[in-house]
Amino acid sequence: MAQQTLSSPHLRGALTTARVMQLVLLATVPGIIALTWHFGIGTLLNLAWACSFAVALEAAMLRLRKRPIGFYLSDCSALVTAVLLAVALPPAAPWWLIAVGMLAAIVFAKHLYGGMGYNPFNPAMVGYVVLLISFPVQMTAWVPPRESGALLGAMEAIQRSLALAPQAQIDAVTMATPLDLLRQNSALLIEDLWQQNPQFGQWGGAGWEWVNLAFLAGGLFLLQRRIFTWHAPVAMLAALGLMAALFYDGGSSASGGSPLFHWLSGATMLGAFFIVTDPVTSAVSTRGKLIYGAAIGVLVYLIRHWGNYPDAVAFAVLLLNFAAPFIDYYTQPRVYGHGATRPAEREKS
Amino acid sequence: MKPLATFHGGIHPPENKAQSTVLPIAGASLPDELVLPLSQHIGAPARPCVEPGQQVLKGECIATAATAISAPLHAPTSGTISAIEERPVPHPSGGTGLCIVIRPDGEQRWAPRHACAAWQDLPRDQLLAQIRAAGIVGLGGAGFPTAVKAGTRPDRIIDTLIINAAECEPYITADDMLMRERAAAVVSGIEILRHLVQPATILIGIEDNKPEAIAALQAATGNSGIQVVTIPTLYPSGGEKQLIKILTAREVPSGGLPADIGVLCQNVGTAVAIHDAVVEGRPLISRITTVTGASCQQPRNYEVLIGTPVSHLLALAGWDAKRCDRLIIGGPMMGFSVPDAAVPVVKTTNCILAPTREELPPPPPAQACIRCGLCAEACPASLLPQQLYWFARSGEHDKLEAHHLFDCIECGACSYVCPSSIPLVQYYRASKAEIRHKQREREQAERARQRFEARQERMAREAAEREARRQARAAAAAAAQAAKARADAEARPEAPIQPAADPVQAAIERARALRAGQTGDSSAASSTAPSPRQQAEQKVSTLEARLTKARKRHEEAVAGGEKTAAALASVVEKLEQQLAAARAELETTEEQT
Repeated sequence: MAQQTLSSPHLRGALTTARVMQLVLLATVPGIIALTWHFGIGTLLNLAWACSFAVALEAAMLRLRKRPIGFYLSDCSALVTAVLLAVALPPAAPWWLIAVGMLAAIVFAKHLYGGMGYNPFNPAMVGYVVLLISFPVQMTAWVPPRESGALLGAMEAIQRSLALAPQAQIDAVTMATPLDLLRQNSALLIEDLWQQNPQFGQWGGAGWEWVNLAFLAGGLFLLQRRIFTWHAPVAMLAALGLMAALFYDGGSSASGGSPLFHWLSGATMLGAFFIVTDPVTSAVSTRGKLIYGAAIGVLVYLIRHWGNYPDAVAFAVLLLNFAAPFIDYYTQPRVYGHGATRPAEREKS
Repeated sequence: MKPLATFHGGIHPPENKAQSTVLPIAGASLPDELVLPLSQHIGAPARPCVEPGQQVLKGECIATAATAISAPLHAPTSGTISAIEERPVPHPSGGTGLCIVIRPDGEQRWAPRHACAAWQDLPRDQLLAQIRAAGIVGLGGAGFPTAVKAGTRPDRIIDTLIINAAECEPYITADDMLMRERAAAVVSGIEILRHLVQPATILIGIEDNKPEAIAALQAATGNSGIQVVTIPTLYPSGGEKQLIKILTAREVPSGGLPADIGVLCQNVGTAVAIHDAVVEGRPLISRITTVTGASCQQPRNYEVLIGTPVSHLLALAGWDAKRCDRLIIGGPMMGFSVPDAAVPVVKTTNCILAPTREELPPPPPAQACIRCGLCAEACPASLLPQQLYWFARSGEHDKLEAHHLFDCIECGACSYVCPSSIPLVQYYRASKAEIRHKQREREQAERARQRFEARQERMAREAAEREARRQARAAAAAAAQAAKARADAEARPEAPIQPAADPVQAAIERARALRAGQTGDSSAASSTAPSPRQQAEQKVSTLEARLTKARKRHEEAVAGGEKTAAALASVVEKLEQQLAAARAELETTEEQT
């Protein structure tokens, strides 16, 4: 009597890649809620556009590459890319901007490099950087937070999203982000800057601080579910905090702001828990993750303080994506039964 | 004592051990036939020493150890050898192997047993020989001949003896039940090992999910100095290297043996087998095997004769073949599935797992690796399984070896945690096989090259030797000729010294006669060959001369009364005959001309 034969192990854990992606999506919900509360429904419009484009582009690419569409779509990875890009864009961004971003992310950064698991660069960050370089005006048109009293209305948001709003109207309801303000002003006490601008909140940017705390909560949830380890995000936040502390002069706007300000401004927490932890494009070993995360933290501060862009997470992450294989090469863990040897010596022997 | 260290990684798969520990160990009934593969251990297959049709007694040796690393086989019961033939064997390949088949007579008649209660008095070699003769191999799974492992070289000092009672694989409870029920035999076997190895420390490593077995062992060890160390349940803490790390904080060097760091590791079942063999004179003819899985009505442990078909054992446990998805020999993490329930239980079969499809569903199709790193977190050897996977897929053998593929113990923890359900272990096994194959090919090519070069060298050498010999011969011949020439030159004046003058004189006579015969037509002879007539005349005259001479000597001899007279007479007679013949010849030539 013939039984079927299979290779060991015959037992499998419950976690699947689709489940990992679904948990990541779930963990972005607090951040999305905070964004929507503080900046209006523009974020939801971004999400709707991004998810539609992502699924359509993913399906099209799978079809072109003659892969089973249903099987690969069900891993939800395209949706994760879409959500991460959508929440990073200014709320109520025009649809074509999102389309270009998703094209860069899904088609170029993901499928042209071989698809899921083969991409050396984080697709959402590639999409973001392509847009930032190509369309700086649209990318810096960040809507004012609820706290400023000029929250974008639903109708205006939809107009903007459909690219029907006149540029004058867009300019009228766009405000510099706290990070921009801090960079542009160098001759004020931070206290004064805080008072003059409604964009600042209690610790960081108004609204931004809650958005960051919400993404932090989502990240802690993923950490608790053991979707990733603490090493890379903690290293990034620690390095960013350390850099901010080193260059903080205690109160003038000439310095870069306090560690708390940096932790709770811009895309810090989104980057730390949702971008830096992207397994495909980051370093793999524990030591490698610490180095990878710390280097991103340092770069984020450098680019925020001395660079010319509204935020730095995307550039920092892409630069370290380049370095990840190099970090991996030099941070291989010591294997059981082997003395501590450097890889170069190993290859010689 | 507390564990000294932990190993990296590890996983907590569902244990599923409770269902087979409800009932005590039962003796499995005698099957219709017992099938004993000749290769049940690491090393050379055993060599049969029985013939088909032969009657054997229980415990009688039916196959001997072929080499130093091999193990003999014994008849598990009395009966008749019905065949020695190829049968399906429990092996990951699913293939067949040469087996001795015994038809039991049901009488269980024992062959004479050599129990030795006073084993403390036996010399070490004799004790090892007894263990070897009992066919004991590591019962934990690998099946390495125990006498070889326990008989380490005297220059290797073993300071720690570790008894592996971790039994970390899910479902398997054979060691657990054995310890619960035969703790005294476990300790007795350990004492024999202690006598053999003389370690300073003896540690029994056991996972904390076996409280009954721990209690039984603690009661049995008493104050013998054997320490029962309870370790946290974590797969694969029962891996030899992992257990050594946990208990001693030492690491077996890559490619080395535990003996390199002064450790000997034996399975708890092996200790009991040693006790049985030495104290009771009972060779290894049975073992404890767990029969479990949801397609079995009553999972439990059986004491089963080696060679019992798996199907027989499953029938005892109320197996429902229709519900069974596959048959696994061993546990769900490292066991292998077999296509056929006819395979026998062998010395290393610790578990037969017959799960339903719901229980152990077949793996879903593999998705892309997202380098999540869960495998690297789980790997008990601190490897980077995701990197190995990339290299395995792209066939980069150098990189695989640089990333220490061969330190992979194939425990399956990486595949277990992989969210993309990639069969990682399968990739590593295939790559290891490829690399070994390439290695063998390289070695073969190297050997062939060496053989070819040796042959070329030998042929060149032989040709040179032949040439040298030829030249030596030529030189020797030249030298000999020269010497001879010299000797001739020197010898000629000395020739008259010869005692008998007659032959010389005769020679001179002959030469004179020849010359006389030739003088007549010497000119013709010099230019042309002598005619038959001339030859005949010459012959006649020569013979006449010799006859005259001989007659004269005969007369002298007769006159002198010499002893040679008779001989000379016959010479004269012979010469007369020859002369007559020559004359007759001359006449015929005259007639012809």
